[in-house]
Amino acid sequence: MSVASPLLAVEGLTKSYGGIHAVRGVSFSLRAGEILALIGPNGAGKSTCFDMLNGQNKPDTGHVRLLGEEITGRKPREIWRMGVGRTFQITATFATMTVRENVQVALISHGKQLFNLFGSAPKFDRAEAGRLLELVGMGGYADRPCGELAYGDLKRLELAVALANQPKLLLMDEPTAGMAPRERVDLMRLTAQIAREKSIGVLFTEHDMDVVFEHADRIIVLNRGTLIAEGTPAEVRGNPQVQAVYLGEGLVYDARHREGASV
Amino acid sequence: MAFYVVQFLTGLASAASLFLVASGLSIIFGVTRIVNFAHGAFYMIGAYIAFTLTERLSGAFGFWGSIVLAALAVALIGVLVEMVLLRRIYHAPELFQLLATFGLTLMVEDLVVLIWGPDDLVGRRAPGFKGAVDFFGQNIPSYDLFLIALGPVVLGILWLLFQRTRWGVLVRAATQDRDMVAALGVNQKWLFTSVFAVGVFLAALGGALQIPRDAVHHAMDLRIIVEVFVVVVIGGLGSIVGAFVAAVLVSELNAFGILIFPKISIILVFLVMAVVLIVRPWGLFGKPEAAARKTPGLTVNPWRPLTSNERLASLAALVVAAMLPLFAGNYALTVGSEIAIFVIFAVSLHFLMSVGGLASFGHAAYFGLGAYGVAFLAKMAGLPMIVCLLLGPLLGCMGAAVFGFFAVQLSGVYFAMLTLAFAQIVWSIAFQWVSVTGGDNGILGIWPEKWAASPSHFYWLALGVAALVTIALRAMVFSPFGYALRATRDSLLRSEAIGINAKRIQWTAFVIAGTTAGIGGALFAYLKGSVFPDNLGISLSVDALVMVLLGGVETVSGAVVGAIVYKALNIWLVSQTDLSKLVLGGFIMLIVVVFPKGIVGVLEMLAQRRRKASPPGSPLIAKPIESAE
Repeated sequence: MSVASPLLAVEGLTKSYGGIHAVRGVSFSLRAGEILALIGPNGAGKSTCFDMLNGQNKPDTGHVRLLGEEITGRKPREIWRMGVGRTFQITATFATMTVRENVQVALISHGKQLFNLFGSAPKFDRAEAGRLLELVGMGGYADRPCGELAYGDLKRLELAVALANQPKLLLMDEPTAGMAPRERVDLMRLTAQIAREKSIGVLFTEHDMDVVFEHADRIIVLNRGTLIAEGTPAEVRGNPQVQAVYLGEGLVYDARHREGASV
Repeated sequence: MAFYVVQFLTGLASAASLFLVASGLSIIFGVTRIVNFAHGAFYMIGAYIAFTLTERLSGAFGFWGSIVLAALAVALIGVLVEMVLLRRIYHAPELFQLLATFGLTLMVEDLVVLIWGPDDLVGRRAPGFKGAVDFFGQNIPSYDLFLIALGPVVLGILWLLFQRTRWGVLVRAATQDRDMVAALGVNQKWLFTSVFAVGVFLAALGGALQIPRDAVHHAMDLRIIVEVFVVVVIGGLGSIVGAFVAAVLVSELNAFGILIFPKISIILVFLVMAVVLIVRPWGLFGKPEAAARKTPGLTVNPWRPLTSNERLASLAALVVAAMLPLFAGNYALTVGSEIAIFVIFAVSLHFLMSVGGLASFGHAAYFGLGAYGVAFLAKMAGLPMIVCLLLGPLLGCMGAAVFGFFAVQLSGVYFAMLTLAFAQIVWSIAFQWVSVTGGDNGILGIWPEKWAASPSHFYWLALGVAALVTIALRAMVFSPFGYALRATRDSLLRSEAIGINAKRIQWTAFVIAGTTAGIGGALFAYLKGSVFPDNLGISLSVDALVMVLLGGVETVSGAVVGAIVYKALNIWLVSQTDLSKLVLGGFIMLIVVVFPKGIVGVLEMLAQRRRKASPPGSPLIAKPIESAE
């Protein structure tokens, strides 16, 4: 992918609610195969920003383009058809269906067979569904009812579902929220590996800084609706403005004096 | 001009009762999240008790005292109902709550006839408001003026109650987040009971205040509940101001609609409701609710197609059923045909409510439309039977396409209320448009042709169609479309995120279910030789719901079993007792409270337990998960 036409290009995204500017003029871009973390303290505008990318919220002004094509203001299902998969902060799966059936529904949708009234759904792309489940390490759970899964497994199932339409871009809203530390590392490692193998761009929001700094290629930092920093994990870590936002200036000052080292 | 003003004032007066009942329904829903179907029944009991009391107690004080006493007495009944019935089902799926309160309605309908008799009762006129006021040559009953003033007064009192009292603060808090209120140490049980009592009091007051205007009769509950549902859908469930504005709007539409479409004034109300639903699906004053919608069932048993053994067993059952004419008489065969037709009806609703999660409370509309379709084609166009059978259901299909389009914009209780209102509208049209439908007299003389005339031949026809329909719908459950439909039921959010246009999937399912019900209705017209408005009435809609529920709402084949058992029981019951509604209502409440899984659901559970009991395997080893048949 050339630098001229990034996978995802966000330009001047702005959204306000009443007098509150939730997001102000946010611009960034994402290359194929790149893992980009969107971070910021609570109320920074991450979720608003995220929802405007996946079609759940419409920006007041600004553009979102996928491979040069405008997706601003489109419906979630249309954005999905253009090759954007997503996972939710609180998992959304089909609880009364089995794990395999969850993936098969996504495959049926991808194959545009949603209005096929007399085909056999249990046989539909069964092998492909199995492959996707193997990919995320859920092969042994294919016939389990989805409602019985542990939370970490649901997250992995969501990843398999999100991969069903061979997406170019994955949007993951707090992918590791509510997981045990070990599960977090596993899930992000898996995501990173898949993204690099298939050259999928990944944008995720996250509160856990260990996850962010270990797995992101690049990080963008929001505070009060504006983008305050952008760069590699090392660059962002050393950015005094980011430190101020996350730790408070007084604390940074104290820490430096006491230990004489960078925070 | 004066005439229009009077018409306007009459509308305002009608709005008063409607507002009282609707606000009661809204308050109860706000806190308990139960749509109290029995609200119309409480309204009716209020009217009956007030009638009795006003006959006994004389004078102005006696009259007004009777009205208030009646409302208080009914509120007391409400408290009893809340404590005995509702407390058991607060955590049940909303479908069960609607059905339980509907069962109560059925029981009340028979009880009032038992106590007060079947005739209309004309009550006393209100002391002090007996005359009429002259308005430019037009008369306005002074009681109407009293009602017009009463509406805003009640609205004001309710506002004060909710804004200025401790109880009101608790109710508003519980409306927003009842779990949080419970966590703060509020005794929820009594809060719920008191809210229910207030809501029922308002309904009964509305009924009691109607007696100087209207005769008291035993069908007034259904008429008011449909209007109330329309009011809360327009005004927004949970909003009292919305209830007031919508009650005025609906009453005025009725008052003026009668001038524009004298026969079918209800169409005007329907049009307004449709527009409101498109512009603001949550009503004029309601708030869009981010309702965490649960699946209609109680457990998570994945569905699977029949195994080849089960297929053989089903086929064997069908063959046995087909041999019935060899040893059964004509009466049994007619009953058999009727049961087969109700299997069609039940599986069509099952497809919509179990597979699609859309519990229609007005499914009989499409069954009846299919029957009327046949009647029109056979009687007016004189087409041969086979053509009528093929084309008749198209009327059900068209009805489902129009109403379904609006209905699928909503979900849960709103969907239930709206489908019920639609069915009632279709019923009113069939009932009132006498020149086309024959009104209450129906359309007679729709007899099958020779090839299907004998009871055994008709039985085979009905059985064959029922088998085909059941197989086709079952195949659809396991088709890609069926999976997509179940997906929209389980999670709208996820469905949209994987490219599924949920509304279109649901609309398609609605049309499929409506057309199938129409097929049942078409056969039913030939079985009975006639078509009546009752063929699309509420009680038939509820029959369908009970059949699915009895069989097991979360199973694939429950509808078939439920239809056979329920219909056979029903036919037997009607031949045994005059109080079939009382028995049926009690039966419905019993299923909901003690038997919510239904026949097939319980059989599955038993089979599962037996299989689980045999291997002593550790629970840690991933156990094979039982599948629902």
